[in-house]
Amino acid sequence: MNLLRTYILPRILQWALVIFVGISATFLIPRLSPRNPVDEMIGRMTAFASIDPHAVVSMRESATALFGLDGTLLEQYGRFWGRLLQGDLGVSFGNFPRKVSDIIAAGLPWSVGLLTTTIIISWTIGVFLGALAGYFHDRRWSQFLERFVVVVYPVPYLITALVLFIIFGAWLQIFPIMGGSRGEPALTWKYISTVLYFGFLPALSVIIGAIAFRFIMAKALTTTEIANDYVQYAELAAVPKRKIILFYVARNTMLPQVTDLALAFGAIFEGALITEILFAYPGLGFVLYNAIYNADYNIIMGIALLSIVGVATAMLIIDLLYPVLDPRVRLR
Amino acid sequence: MGAIIETNNLRAYYITKAYGVERTVKAVDDITLRIQEGEVYGIAGESGCGKSTLLRILLGAYQPPLTVVGGEVIYHLDGEEMNAADMTEEQQRDLKWRTISYIPQGSMHVLNPVRRIRDTFHDFISAHRDVTKKESFQLTAEYLRDLGLPEKVMASYPHQLSGGMRQRVTIALATILWPKLIFADEPTTALDVVVQRGVIQMLKDVQQKEGSTLVLITHDIGVHANLADRIGILYAGKLVEESDTGTILENPRHPYTRFLIESLPSLDSREERLAIPGRPPALDRPPSGCRFHERCPLAKEICKTVEPQLIEIEPKHFTACHVVEEELNRVAV
Amino acid sequence: MFTTIRDLIKFSPSFRFGSLILLAVAVMIALSFLSPYEAGKLRRKVKRNQPPSATFVFGTTSQGEDVFWSTTFAIRNTLTISLIAVAIGRGIGVMLGMLSGYFGGIFDRVAQSAVESFIVIPRLPLVILIASILRGSMTMYSLGILIGLFDWAHPSKRYRSQVLSLRERDFTHTAVFSGMSTVRIVIREHLPFIIPYMLADVISGFLFSIGFEVTLSYLGLADLDSPTVGTMIYWATYYQSVFAGRAWVIIVPIVTVVLMVLGFYLMSVGLGEYLDPRKRLVRLSADAGDEAADDDPRKDKDDAWAP
Repeated sequence: MNLLRTYILPRILQWALVIFVGISATFLIPRLSPRNPVDEMIGRMTAFASIDPHAVVSMRESATALFGLDGTLLEQYGRFWGRLLQGDLGVSFGNFPRKVSDIIAAGLPWSVGLLTTTIIISWTIGVFLGALAGYFHDRRWSQFLERFVVVVYPVPYLITALVLFIIFGAWLQIFPIMGGSRGEPALTWKYISTVLYFGFLPALSVIIGAIAFRFIMAKALTTTEIANDYVQYAELAAVPKRKIILFYVARNTMLPQVTDLALAFGAIFEGALITEILFAYPGLGFVLYNAIYNADYNIIMGIALLSIVGVATAMLIIDLLYPVLDPRVRLR
Repeated sequence: MGAIIETNNLRAYYITKAYGVERTVKAVDDITLRIQEGEVYGIAGESGCGKSTLLRILLGAYQPPLTVVGGEVIYHLDGEEMNAADMTEEQQRDLKWRTISYIPQGSMHVLNPVRRIRDTFHDFISAHRDVTKKESFQLTAEYLRDLGLPEKVMASYPHQLSGGMRQRVTIALATILWPKLIFADEPTTALDVVVQRGVIQMLKDVQQKEGSTLVLITHDIGVHANLADRIGILYAGKLVEESDTGTILENPRHPYTRFLIESLPSLDSREERLAIPGRPPALDRPPSGCRFHERCPLAKEICKTVEPQLIEIEPKHFTACHVVEEELNRVAV
Repeated sequence: MFTTIRDLIKFSPSFRFGSLILLAVAVMIALSFLSPYEAGKLRRKVKRNQPPSATFVFGTTSQGEDVFWSTTFAIRNTLTISLIAVAIGRGIGVMLGMLSGYFGGIFDRVAQSAVESFIVIPRLPLVILIASILRGSMTMYSLGILIGLFDWAHPSKRYRSQVLSLRERDFTHTAVFSGMSTVRIVIREHLPFIIPYMLADVISGFLFSIGFEVTLSYLGLADLDSPTVGTMIYWATYYQSVFAGRAWVIIVPIVTVVLMVLGFYLMSVGLGEYLDPRKRLVRLSADAGDEAADDDPRKDKDDAWAP
């Protein structure tokens, strides 16, 4: 009971506050834009046909109402929360009259698929290699590995993706450089293999940097860990190395690493923005990018909402899981 | 009974090189010890005198920058004589815990914070004996009961135990396989006085049960008085005096030992205790001659230049001091 | 200071390589001032699409720019943007983190809530959004400010925890008991720890800013008329240099970015190792052995140097 009041409740409050502030900020910022989505839509519609100016005026009025852009900012804000709490994300301005939830639902599986795979692969490999390299830090292979990582790690993620794009996509032309799959979606190997084929370069571009980052983290944590008395003592007692690495070293470095893993999953809804843009991959990042260019507020809001809730919830889960992961937290 | 472990003119230095600065710290310099089977041998001295380093060497648990640059460590175990330098890593590992064990300083950090006590025991036991988890739990439970520790600690995490209990658990963990030779490094430091008593009693019990040899390192002469059969006094990497506990306490000869003993509080006297003037020397540039001469009230010219040798001033009482030696010579003449 | 740098160059390979690269970067920046072209007026000066040759070391672009001289300006501009971003981002971060750590209480709680909320907001999309709003009026300087305004939350968290851990150290308690004033404690006892930390942190701030500049420019959200490493890549892709067989136009800026970040990173690695409390102990302390075991700084598990 006490735990609920002193530990769980404040964290849930914090979670709600963070989401509220985050969403409010994302509501406000696009509305500061000088570009008006209604004008942009009408501009698109009138670009190829001449329309009666009176019709334009009435169209503008109805579109403004439809997009929820009428009234003062405060009124809009109130209506926005009202709709949001009913689970209504509105319609897209750019792809009128598609519903935002439909567009997000179309992009979501791509991003979730791409990122879940890459996060799990890079985290596992990074933690594993980093822990080994940290434990056997004076071996030649670990020093070689580290030198390699040191070169890869600082390179911005866009550059890695661009280099892969140029080498494997443009010059060698081994991998496709656009899209997410070929053929009709179906649960056949033929279709799935194209998904893997199209996803390979985007995934690789994310994985390389992520492994390097995880490796450096895991190695630094391990290096600190092996200096601890209980590790040294277990070594002195000739406890098998496998056990020491697993239960004494890795187990104690897990807390921050699991935190990062959860945060990475929470950030899935941001999409792998750069990768998806570069490889024209049909995930949320690509959708978001187009929405930003079309001043498509509702889409931006929808994705930002998912993202904020995702990250905040991941942080909440971590906080609530802490006592399970680390016995020392339990008593406090 | 013969010696179980001996060192001959052991020298162990820390040789470090970082960013172009090279340093040699002579932490153990020319030490000869003979520790008898079944005895409790105390090693005393201020912090920084090299006692922990000596222990690491005796234990065979050291790595660069600590290097043995001279002398040897010889174990007499199971009727065999083994030079530590000739032993393979495999042999060293086999000896650990079953024959030689180590009780570290009472601290927060010796037990894995995220592992239950019983699992740690299992890790340590199964490293040396072919046991199932259940068997080692049983073994642990029995042993803890023998030592009078509550059985419920087995399911606890280290942070749930008090400092004294943690240290007792650590002692149990170190001695669970009944080692012949136990090294203890400041086992009671950082514990409060009442708890110290309990831990000392427990060490005594463990040692006496199987007649193990205990090498006890602490700066606390009181603990030595309670436990040790013989005491060696270390100063600045050198053995300066060695005798049985009674002699060291009643009749210390080396000026440094006298300071150590006199600085002890006692119940029946209220006079002010003497503190040793000055600080222990830095071991990368030890003083010439007798390493104690800068702090010694009796220092003479010879002490500044000539290193005193450890001599037997009376049966089984060794000391390394020019002043004592001269007195002795005068009496003899 | 001078001997420290000399020691680092002498004994730390990473620092040596890093500073060598950054020296080359500095030479390029210096060359930009000696350029035969005026800043911002490089286009349509030379024959288009020339491969590297003796006249045009790195070739020329589709807009008639000499790639070599463009690169000198690009490096200068990218670093100017990064410098602004680092000054703003780390400036806010340091202030907020340290105030939070020292004041604690209400201030700390409000500041931490702000930081937490800010961290949760998806950063890249938001920056892209703002940059797209400001697109027409974006200059090099406003880009630097924009990047800086989004790079304070994580640093402030790090500085806060640094301060909190310093406050818990023994020497702080000693200083407090001996009646030292708070300001004096901060200046005399804590700054010597925080300043080296800040140095390494600032260097890694450059890594972040360079990456962000390149990314935003690549997306066409920067001032596309002032040459930066990012806009060079933008124009190279805009004119399809990869597919048109003019690889030099895109390879030069890519290699430049890689070298720049590598230079900064290697330097921070070397510096980090040098500042590592474990190595510092070996370097500074007068007595090892028993003493070393007592105040072994490894005990205050400090992963501050993990990048």
